[in-house]
Amino acid sequence: MFPATSHALPELPISPMSPLIKRILLVIPTLLLVSMVIFSLLAILPGDPVTAILGLEATPEAAAALRLQLGLDDPLYVQYGRWLWNVLHGDLGRSFIDRTPVIDVLMQRLPVTIELAVGSFAVGILIAVPAGILSAVRPRGIANYFTTLVALFGMSVPHFWLGMMFIILFAVKLGWLPASGYVPFTEDWRGNLAAMCMPVLATGLRESAILMRMVRSSLLEVLNEDYIRTAFSKGLRDWQVVIGHALRNALIPVVTASGLMVSVLLGGLVITESIFAIPGMGKMIVDAIFQRDYVMVQGGVLAAALMVVIVNLAVDVLYTVIDPRIER
Amino acid sequence: MKANMDQAITTPSNAADALPRQQRFTGLRRFAGNRLAVLGAAIILLLVLIAIFAPLLATHDPIFDQDYGNLLSGPDTTHWMGTDDLGRDIFSRMLYGARISLQAALIAVGLAFCVGVPVGIASGYFRGFWDEWVVMRIVDALQAFPPLILALALAAALGGGFYNAMAAVGIGFAPAFIRLARGQAMSIRNLDYVMAARSVGAGHIRIMWRYVLPNAMAPLIIQATFAMGSAIIAEAGLSYLGLGARAEDPSWGSMLHIAQGYLNTNPTLALWPGVAIFAVVLGFNLLGDGIREVFDPKLYR
Repeated sequence: MFPATSHALPELPISPMSPLIKRILLVIPTLLLVSMVIFSLLAILPGDPVTAILGLEATPEAAAALRLQLGLDDPLYVQYGRWLWNVLHGDLGRSFIDRTPVIDVLMQRLPVTIELAVGSFAVGILIAVPAGILSAVRPRGIANYFTTLVALFGMSVPHFWLGMMFIILFAVKLGWLPASGYVPFTEDWRGNLAAMCMPVLATGLRESAILMRMVRSSLLEVLNEDYIRTAFSKGLRDWQVVIGHALRNALIPVVTASGLMVSVLLGGLVITESIFAIPGMGKMIVDAIFQRDYVMVQGGVLAAALMVVIVNLAVDVLYTVIDPRIER
Repeated sequence: MKANMDQAITTPSNAADALPRQQRFTGLRRFAGNRLAVLGAAIILLLVLIAIFAPLLATHDPIFDQDYGNLLSGPDTTHWMGTDDLGRDIFSRMLYGARISLQAALIAVGLAFCVGVPVGIASGYFRGFWDEWVVMRIVDALQAFPPLILALALAAALGGGFYNAMAAVGIGFAPAFIRLARGQAMSIRNLDYVMAARSVGAGHIRIMWRYVLPNAMAPLIIQATFAMGSAIIAEAGLSYLGLGARAEDPSWGSMLHIAQGYLNTNPTLALWPGVAIFAVVLGFNLLGDGIREVFDPKLYR
């Protein structure tokens, strides 16, 4: 398939293709490897599905019958193939604990986590872009000093501790917001937003700190370009140049970087959900680990990895669309 | 006579001495001129000192001194920061927590560095099939997992415990080091001095060790410094969830886990561990910024 000669190989079979198609095709080996990692995770995890399903008092005959039925005596690669086939058909197995299909639980938990992620990201952008512009445009001003300090704080503070401080301040002392819990948006949108406030702020602040530094350095770079000088020499005002000419190009690298941040964000939400008792995917993974419900762990990790791959692919595709300098 | 000869031999070869006074230690001076970087270095130094001398500084044993008549008490003269739910002295636990955090950072980043850098350097230096179809695809796949979720799952698979959790965090961090080292090696391999080394017959290993690695080091050290901060947050997060240090161990994360149950009644329990984590991570971030400024003054204006 691939030529085995190892030197001067950047010219692989697919390199005549456009970078965009290559990028899309490279998702396939990535996903295959991801699936192997996740499958072997379950294979090496302690605990045996048969004991988990039948309990410790099962007769050896019943256990053997179940092993045969689940195909646990087949070679690992056969099991992997069967597992992958099922996953591709949306069958992620059933919970060891209550036999509910993993996919059903995921579909219930995912929207919660996505709402949290989108909210945190929105908070991040809403703080980061204005603050980043301010500190790039007035590098010697007091605003730059202030935003730099806030960014340092946001990058260094553990977001879950910040969440606890929020609970103490806004829920315990002031009583403005519920300390924990969750209501679906469709049932009670006010209650939903109230419950989302603190977790979204706690994780969003960290996002904003990282994004702000990126917006700032990217904008500083763009402001040195010739076309900015041209725009100024046409007599445009500061804000016209920044908003109309610089910002669009300055945000391109920020978009790519924010794709990479999705993975850190999802990891962080695991702890946020645990602190605020929000029934999202992260809490599902943590609870499943403690209940030794490893099929559930597997499903959650798979969903998280899929989300990261999809978002990053989308960002890269978007990137080539919004930046005409990149060859498609 | 012999002393003179030693001097004669060593003096000319010591490049720093040969430089004019103003150019000596320019990096160190630039670092010292950056007040925030010095603050960061001071915080880390303090962390290291506390971690080393914790047994001397602590007023109580962090695990076994349980003062049952004095549960969840406020600060007083015997317990400077009060006691927790089992009557353990919080001040002493905070000091020992520095050990756990420092260990966490060293294990996770050390593992990521020792795995990531050689693999990345070799991959970027040789290029070709292994680089593009093995190393980079594995890196891509590993980076598809959110590091903390990978650490959670691996920690569960490896059977939990502090060292396993930290090894898992290290594995999660390794791809970033591979990518960075690879990028460095790819740009250095075509430079004149590498060509020169090749032309006088240096082998691949020698070139990578003597020429590529030292010149790739600066961004790797910066990355490692920032990763230390992330590793400390990851340890605290995993221990908070109960998948890192054991609940009785004086990890700042475990202490936050205990504090979670008393947010209504004893909010100060949650205060000190968080402040400590924040200060230490801030220290590593400031230090990283400072080192970056020393190596690349243009980048950071």
